[in-house]
Amino acid sequence: MKSKVWLGLLSLALIIALPFGTDLILGRSWVRLLDFALLYAMLALGLNIVVGYAGLLDLGYVAFYAVGAYLYAMLASPHLGMHWPLWALLPMGALVAASFGALLGAPTLGLRGDYLAIVTMGFGEIIRIFLRNLNVTNGPAGIDLIDPIQIGGFSFGANHSLLGWDLPGIYSYYFLFIILTALIILISHRLSDSRIGRAWSAIREDEIAAKSSGLNTRHLKLMAFAMGAAFGGVSGVLFAGFQGFISPESFTMGESIMILCMVVLGGMGHISGVIMGAILLAILPEAFRPLSQFQQATFGHVWLDPANLRMLMFAIALIVVMIIRPEGLWPSPVHRRELHANDSEAGSSQKAAL
Amino acid sequence: MDIFLQQVINGLVQGSLYALVALGYTMVYGIIELVNFAHGEVVMVGALVGLSVIERMAARGDTGWGVIAIGVLVAIPSCMALGLGIERIAYRPLRKAPRLAPLISAIGVSIALQQLAALIWGRNYLHYPDVLANPQFHIGGAVITQVQLVILGITGILMLGTWVIVQKTALGRAMRASAQNPSVAGLMGVNVDRIIASTFLMGSGLAAVAGVLVGTYYGVGNHTMGFMLGLKAFTAAVLGGIGSLWGAMLGGLLLGVIENLGAGYLSSLTNGAIGSNYSDVLAFLMLIGVLIFRPSGLMGERGSEKV
Repeated sequence: MKSKVWLGLLSLALIIALPFGTDLILGRSWVRLLDFALLYAMLALGLNIVVGYAGLLDLGYVAFYAVGAYLYAMLASPHLGMHWPLWALLPMGALVAASFGALLGAPTLGLRGDYLAIVTMGFGEIIRIFLRNLNVTNGPAGIDLIDPIQIGGFSFGANHSLLGWDLPGIYSYYFLFIILTALIILISHRLSDSRIGRAWSAIREDEIAAKSSGLNTRHLKLMAFAMGAAFGGVSGVLFAGFQGFISPESFTMGESIMILCMVVLGGMGHISGVIMGAILLAILPEAFRPLSQFQQATFGHVWLDPANLRMLMFAIALIVVMIIRPEGLWPSPVHRRELHANDSEAGSSQKAAL
Repeated sequence: MDIFLQQVINGLVQGSLYALVALGYTMVYGIIELVNFAHGEVVMVGALVGLSVIERMAARGDTGWGVIAIGVLVAIPSCMALGLGIERIAYRPLRKAPRLAPLISAIGVSIALQQLAALIWGRNYLHYPDVLANPQFHIGGAVITQVQLVILGITGILMLGTWVIVQKTALGRAMRASAQNPSVAGLMGVNVDRIIASTFLMGSGLAAVAGVLVGTYYGVGNHTMGFMLGLKAFTAAVLGGIGSLWGAMLGGLLLGVIENLGAGYLSSLTNGAIGSNYSDVLAFLMLIGVLIFRPSGLMGERGSEKV
């Protein structure tokens, strides 16, 4: 018990020291990357509720992110001349995104999972058509000069200093995102052990059996879907405040696939695995940068576009993981048991036959 | 010029192309109950392979329908090989896996093909060379072009051919048996793996033809063209009743006509508030509508899920 406390304190110290260390060793742009990694971790945890817990495939998850981001951008920027505070916009972002989720999920969740997948995929595109063509969203140009996030009198966008260390906005955001990520982890963790969480895994494993055991599968699925959407909306609100500028091009199908890849690669349904997947894939583009510089230097032309190559790798990872290791790189013990329940049986019967 | 008639003609042509793609979705779904997300990308590959061939020949000065035909003849085996490869690598190992697995694998294939196409053909829109004279014919105040007539003719013939294969041949009987119950079909001596592979083969062949025709009709091709096309063809398949051949045909034509009428009248009906750039939204709303009110589609059978 005592060693557990020490371990907790140690990791807390590590988490606090991380941005400072990153800044010293790798430079300031990496602290910004860290912030993005945390945003992605929140998104991935939200999608994990839908895909990992309830086993529903959402291929347009980024649409809910867009809903949250545009909500904040419209109500807290000079674009419409409104400057609402975060404490109002954060729950609103969650609520509006969840309503979109419910609206989209209601017609499809009574049907087979394939329909949900294709409808969410369509919705992800359709919402971009609206964002590009509406006046309220300022069309393809997007919205800029978005207010930085502010709580009380503390602006997260401004420079602060602590003990002689100069702290730009990216530090404040780091700590804000850490706290919110911790909150989402807590919610996810409590959910997975709750009555609802167990009902979700029952549905994931065998929907017909779950239904005949008296579960209202449609309600439960809708709840998972809306809850995932709400997390997406919250992340979107934070993203808009953090970035200060958004446009429809931030919310492409590619983003949805990347978030899905974080969940699948890390380990569907396993919180630590999903966070690891998110951080890994968020930092990956940075690792690709030298590749294009190398090409530019040697050939004077970028033959293999890094963005292109990255998407290709994500796509191939999805296929390979599904075939070779469907539980992901860092699976939860329960999920691994579920997926490999037949292996040992088959193995032992083979042995018996020999 | 009669706008209504014109939009109906354009809609029928566009719809017959949707129908051709929808056939691939519906056949695969009918037999392995999987939405083959990569099908739209097979169409895209067909269009771009066709484009490369047609471009080479146009550069030598060849013109006429022969050039298009050779483009199609090269695209068909390319897409068939691709379809077979997709089935073998990404779907077959997952046939007994939980349902989420093949869906995730399918979306992986779809994105991978898009990115590979971007590596091969670049990210820009490519233009189909002008190799056809394309004369126009006037009927009742509207215009129909030769390309449109040929598209209607070819899709009609291919539809009929598919129906004959599925309903009248031994292969088709094996397909229908495997769709109904794969294990019993296997006991009756049907090689289910081979039947599934030939379903992919047929769907991909049709996709190749559709790809080159789409390219010829609209004049452009690009690595992302399969996405919307696939989504709409899937909508058509669901509208008609997924799993049903005639449903795919009917759904495609209906979707094409509604979409074109929408594009023609939406703006004037709403006083310009909703322009024709929302016509993609129309198809999506139709998909949602069908799923709410008649998920089995117009010609599909209502059935409960197999356990």
